[in-house]
Amino acid sequence: MKRLFLVSVWFVFGACERIIPESLLEEEVLDGPIEGLSKSEQSQFLAGDIAFNEVFFEDNGLGPLFVATSCGSCHPGDGKGHPFTTLTRFGQTQPNVAPDLTIGGPQLQNRAIPGYEPESLPEGVPFMKFNPPAVTGLGLLSALTDQQILDNADPFDLDGDGISGVPNYITPPDYFIPQWYHQPFNGQFIGRFGKKAAAIDLLQQTVGAYNQDMGITSTFEPIDTSTGLSTDPEVSDQTIRDIVFYLRTLKDPIQRNPNDAQVIKGKQLFTDLNCSACHIPEWTTPQSDIASLSEKTFYPYTDLLLHDMGPALDDGATEGSAETYEWKTPALWGLGLSPGSQGGAYFLMHDGRAKSIEEAIVMHGGEAEQIKNDFVALSSEDKAAILKFLESL
Amino acid sequence: MKLTILTIYLSLFTLVLYGQVDSSLFKRTAIDTTLAKGMNMDAVYNRPFLNMGKLPVSLGGYMEADYQYMGEDGITEGHTFRIPRMTLFVASSIHRKIKFLSEIEFEEGGEEVAIEFAAIDFNFHPMLNLRGGVIMNPIGAFNQNHDGPKWEFVDRPVAATQMLSATWSNVGFGLYGKQYLKNWAFGYEVYLTNGFDDTIISNAENKTFLPSSKTNKERFEESNNGEPLVTAKMALRQNSIGEIGISYMGGVYNTYQDDGIILDVKRRLDVFAIDFNTTLPTLNTYFVGEWAWVWVNVPSSFTQQYGNKQQGGFIDIVQPILRRNIFGFDKAIINIACRLEYVDWNVGNFKETGDSIGDHLWAIVPALSFRPNAQTVIMFNYRYMQQTDILGNPAAKIGGIQLGIASYF
Ligand code: HEC
Ligand code: HEC
Repeated sequence: MKRLFLVSVWFVFGACERIIPESLLEEEVLDGPIEGLSKSEQSQFLAGDIAFNEVFFEDNGLGPLFVATSCGSCHPGDGKGHPFTTLTRFGQTQPNVAPDLTIGGPQLQNRAIPGYEPESLPEGVPFMKFNPPAVTGLGLLSALTDQQILDNADPFDLDGDGISGVPNYITPPDYFIPQWYHQPFNGQFIGRFGKKAAAIDLLQQTVGAYNQDMGITSTFEPIDTSTGLSTDPEVSDQTIRDIVFYLRTLKDPIQRNPNDAQVIKGKQLFTDLNCSACHIPEWTTPQSDIASLSEKTFYPYTDLLLHDMGPALDDGATEGSAETYEWKTPALWGLGLSPGSQGGAYFLMHDGRAKSIEEAIVMHGGEAEQIKNDFVALSSEDKAAILKFLESL
Repeated sequence: MKLTILTIYLSLFTLVLYGQVDSSLFKRTAIDTTLAKGMNMDAVYNRPFLNMGKLPVSLGGYMEADYQYMGEDGITEGHTFRIPRMTLFVASSIHRKIKFLSEIEFEEGGEEVAIEFAAIDFNFHPMLNLRGGVIMNPIGAFNQNHDGPKWEFVDRPVAATQMLSATWSNVGFGLYGKQYLKNWAFGYEVYLTNGFDDTIISNAENKTFLPSSKTNKERFEESNNGEPLVTAKMALRQNSIGEIGISYMGGVYNTYQDDGIILDVKRRLDVFAIDFNTTLPTLNTYFVGEWAWVWVNVPSSFTQQYGNKQQGGFIDIVQPILRRNIFGFDKAIINIACRLEYVDWNVGNFKETGDSIGDHLWAIVPALSFRPNAQTVIMFNYRYMQQTDILGNPAAKIGGIQLGIASYF
């Protein structure tokens, strides 16, 4: 009897660790804070995490026009999104010209709460579709100085490698507060976030997302997208600060099996082919107000610059000073984890048109035309090595 | 409001108990409350009541308490103790053919007080009874037959509580009847009640979620759209085989007009359910389950986040393995049991890709239960479930142990 009792106690308390399903490995999930946050930073991270996944519905302000119901619906587990939440931008056909707001731009709100009519695309207007990117490691990218970004720009291709790279200069919104690392040019600032790098910082990206993607107004963006008139703020400044903090402190994706022989070979080929001219592997941050972001070396595989990607990827619409055929080099970290948030499949490139990594590479044109051709000419073994490397990111 | 109800109930209890020093005055109706007895529609009356002498009032109730240690993908919230609910019944015979029964539920330690049932039944003929008040809509079987002590599982079935909205009760009127013929019984129920509301497709769950309407207490005061919800059920029982029921619940759910101003078109909700229970002859293995389909008219200009079709159900298999005197309980039973359950909150395909929409869950719950008597159960469950998000990403794995007690009192 006593033995039975002891066995039960062991079973209930001792075996607990084994009773709950196994945890996923740290490198297999995108969610989670960067290392070394203080306790107060951890709790703000948690507050941001909750806000990122807060669901909006009619009673707490959704819409009336919207695209999706939470940040987390479009960036599931902080990863890339699914075509279900792809959004459409339209109305701006020339660089440096403000979008034509009279036709409902710049973003199409293709859904509406019951009783309202969603927007439809005006006849004949050029548009582009954006599949949601992952939002990991952005604190590190936003800690970089404008000068670091400009160091890689080569608008006139002076080094003659066929690759230019230009920043997108954006007129800042009136709530924007420049930081020491910003370097304005004619009153405009370098954009870093978004497919065409149209957002200067994470605050602009966040309040824009609330307003345009979910129909949630704030003191920063008080205009309701359906009426064009201001409303009471539907999300607090504090919540927005928490989300920005969360985005700044989300960990950078961790590479899986970096020591695999094929992965090492693929990485070498990636450099040899000069993919790394745009997808720059390594960066180091300067001092930052968040200790965990200070002087950190990280591996995003992007230059945050715009490149001419050729006619096949020219959608005819634009943002800021970007041309219709120009796209920001996307970070490649976390690439192999994409199917885990995209419903088991790959939807790559700005609109999710590429269904595999290989398809994405073959779609490169313009400045990357030659490098793409070099990739296509590789032996199937070498191609496999590059793909294995990219999947490990 | 909560307090008043509590006070009334407690004073009733003390009233009945006070002066009853002579305990021989108490009579406990000893009904076998395990599931296999009686028709499902009789569940509200098929409960043990405490009668006091000649007083035409009987009292009863049940309570559930549990402990759990659950985790999701390796992350656990630790050890948790809960009292999910405590329920009090008061029944009275107003006349030989007029009965009153009420069931008040205190959830989560009194956070929530709900009138689950409070109806007057007039018996004109076995096949013709009138019921009015707060009734439990007879959709599926669990909604009317939800008392913790009747089941071997700590958690209620997910499909019954998170897709259908057990316990779902409403104000309304209706008719029911029963006919016995040798070993056969046939029963029907038809009610008109207030119904659901717009929150079923606009809520923090981010999915079509019928239980959202339960938070709208105004449904006890007035209908949100003036359209009655129809609930109807037919059941057939053969005493040595078992019972099968088919039920339907439907009506307009949205507030399509206000003050005579048309806000939207009328949008319907329709639910169809099948339930059954049976006991295998020699082995005494007991099976109980139900399956339901839900159709909701969601505006096509809204979002597929909110599904227009849902389905789900559960089956419990209960095998008594020991029936004898244990620890001095002379008719104690030990059962092994297993529940299998599944819910798909969003049946359909994405417009954008044609791929099937996720948002589903399945679970398996092996269990061991000890019933010292017919009214009380001690449960030991292991729950394992996999929940898939709307996009169909790798499922979250949730599991852990649950220990519970549930008893009528
Ligand atoms: C309708 C889907 C959708 C919703 C909802 C949404 N996003 Fe996004 N998000 C996108 C898309 C698409 C992009 C690319 C946008 C662009 O190029 O401007 C993006 C880009 C971003 C970026 C920039 C990533 C990068 O690497 O450039 C951040 C940060 C971000 N979103 C955060 C948020 C936050 C915070 C919320 C909630 C307040 C949110 N998003 C809500 C679809 C969405
Ligand atoms: C000229 C600059 C440039 C070069 C060189 C380049 N890329 Fe890219 N890459 C881009 C841009 C810009 C995009 C995004 C295009 C779009 O969204 O439509 C991109 C997208 C990708 C993507 C899809 C990422 C995603 O998240 O959707 C992969 C994978 C990729 N590149 C791999 C490579 C490989 C491998 C090479 C070398 C063979 C290479 N790239 C060379 C600029 C470049």
